[in-house]
Order: sequence, then C-alpha cells, then structure tokens
Amino acid sequence: MTTTARPEIPGAFSREDYAAAPIIEPKPARAPERRTKTNSLILIAESGDLEKTWATTILASSAAASGMDVTIFFTFWGFMALVKPEKRTFGETWMQKMLSVMNRPGIDHLKLSRLNFAGMGPWMMGKLAKENGIAKPGELLEMAIALGVTILPCQMSMDMFGLKREDLIEGVGEPVGAATVLAMIADGTPALFL
Amino acid sequence: MTVQIAQRLDARNLSCPMPIVKTAIAIKALVSGELLEVLATDKGSVKDFAAWSRTTGNELVESTSEGPVFRFLLRKK
Repeated sequence: MTTTARPEIPGAFSREDYAAAPIIEPKPARAPERRTKTNSLILIAESGDLEKTWATTILASSAAASGMDVTIFFTFWGFMALVKPEKRTFGETWMQKMLSVMNRPGIDHLKLSRLNFAGMGPWMMGKLAKENGIAKPGELLEMAIALGVTILPCQMSMDMFGLKREDLIEGVGEPVGAATVLAMIADGTPALFL
Repeated sequence: MTVQIAQRLDARNLSCPMPIVKTAIAIKALVSGELLEVLATDKGSVKDFAAWSRTTGNELVESTSEGPVFRFLLRKK
C-alpha cells in the first residue's frame, strides 16, 4: 500500500515544527478542595411559569421547615410573583405599562409554560390542587416567609419593569443584584435555577 | 404516666409539603421538651415525618395510624 503525499497547506505546521516545540509537562491534578457542608439553599426564580413557581415555593417551604437557611432570588419573569396580586398594572413608561397589561402580575395569575390554553390549564390545575389538598404557590410563599425564608428581589428586574417597593408583597427583603447571589454560591450554598 | 400534649395540629386532607410546613410553624410556639400531636392523611407523611425528625432533631416519639389517618407525636428539641 502506498501512502499518498498530503498536499501542502500554506501556513500549516510541519513535522519539524512539532519536533521543535517545547514539551509542556502536564500539571499534577489538584486535590479537590473539601467543601464544607452547608445547610443552606438558594433558589433562583427566573421563569415565572406557574409550574416552576409551584416547585420553587414547595422546595423553599419544605427546606425551611426542615431547618435549612433558604433564600429565593426573584428575577425576570419570576419577579411577577412578588407583585401584589391585586395590582392590575405597573410601570412608569408606556412600554412598562403595556408589558404589565400583557402579563398580569401576581403569584395568583401565573401561566403554565405548556397547556396554558388561555387560562384553562391553570384553572384545571387549581381545581385539581384544591380537590387533592395541595396548597397553591401563593399560600406556599406565605408559609415560606413565615418560616423565615429570605426573599430577595432583583434590583435590575425592578428597574426594568418600573416597579416600586410599595408594589411588592409584604415580607420581601431589600433588592439586590447578581453579585449578592453569586457571593452566597461562592460560599458553598447550592443554587437551583427555576 | 400520662403524656401531656401541649399542642394539637390537624393536617388532615393536606398534601405535601403542607403537613411538614404547618408542623414546623406549630412547633416554633412550643418550648423544648413539649409534645406536639399531628394528624395527617397524606400517604407520604410517614416517611416525611421520620425524615423531618432526623433533619431537625425534634424527636418522633410515636408514629401510628388509624384507618386513613396517621398520628405523629413529636417532642420539641
């Protein structure tokens, strides 16, 4: 069998170049640092979907009931859950106001990401939940706050939607930024993005 | 000796995680050593109360059932 000479590629490395290249010794693998066991949890509520907010509030209230130190960071669409449910519209500019009309705020008015069917889906979910004694996200969030869960509103989302502190439900902490959440994660607290 | 129950909690017809959540809130009002009785119908609660007792350190003194109702007796840590 004959080997066919490969065509020269202009600018490509030759065999000689490789031979002359310095040999880089691989660095010894670093021993994994022992992580300290934390009894804390961060939930990043981003989607604002009914089913994910449900999961967020179930996890937060159960974890707090089990003695864990829980924080929920509400951002982007997730932020809508912190707006008072009776608040029909919000915002300063026409764009913010229009956004609030298109996307009714409040934890009682969340939509399903799938099978929403213009509100039929959430209505059916609500009915099934009631029949089975399952608490709705609003009640679970209230419980979570009663159990000492820290609720952190995202300052950026608040500014973007044109929301004020008085538009938000009671029990909400000071608005913070991503750096605050990241600092907690850097300290070893596991985070879930929902 | 009769067991003195300091507080009773009816968590019947409530689904997960409410029995545990309401228990955690109710036990806050007790002082160390006092007993809390919880009634629940959630089928997962037998395992949940055992796990909750382990994680929080509140002792699960009794875990019984009568028909569809589960009864838990907890001593505050």
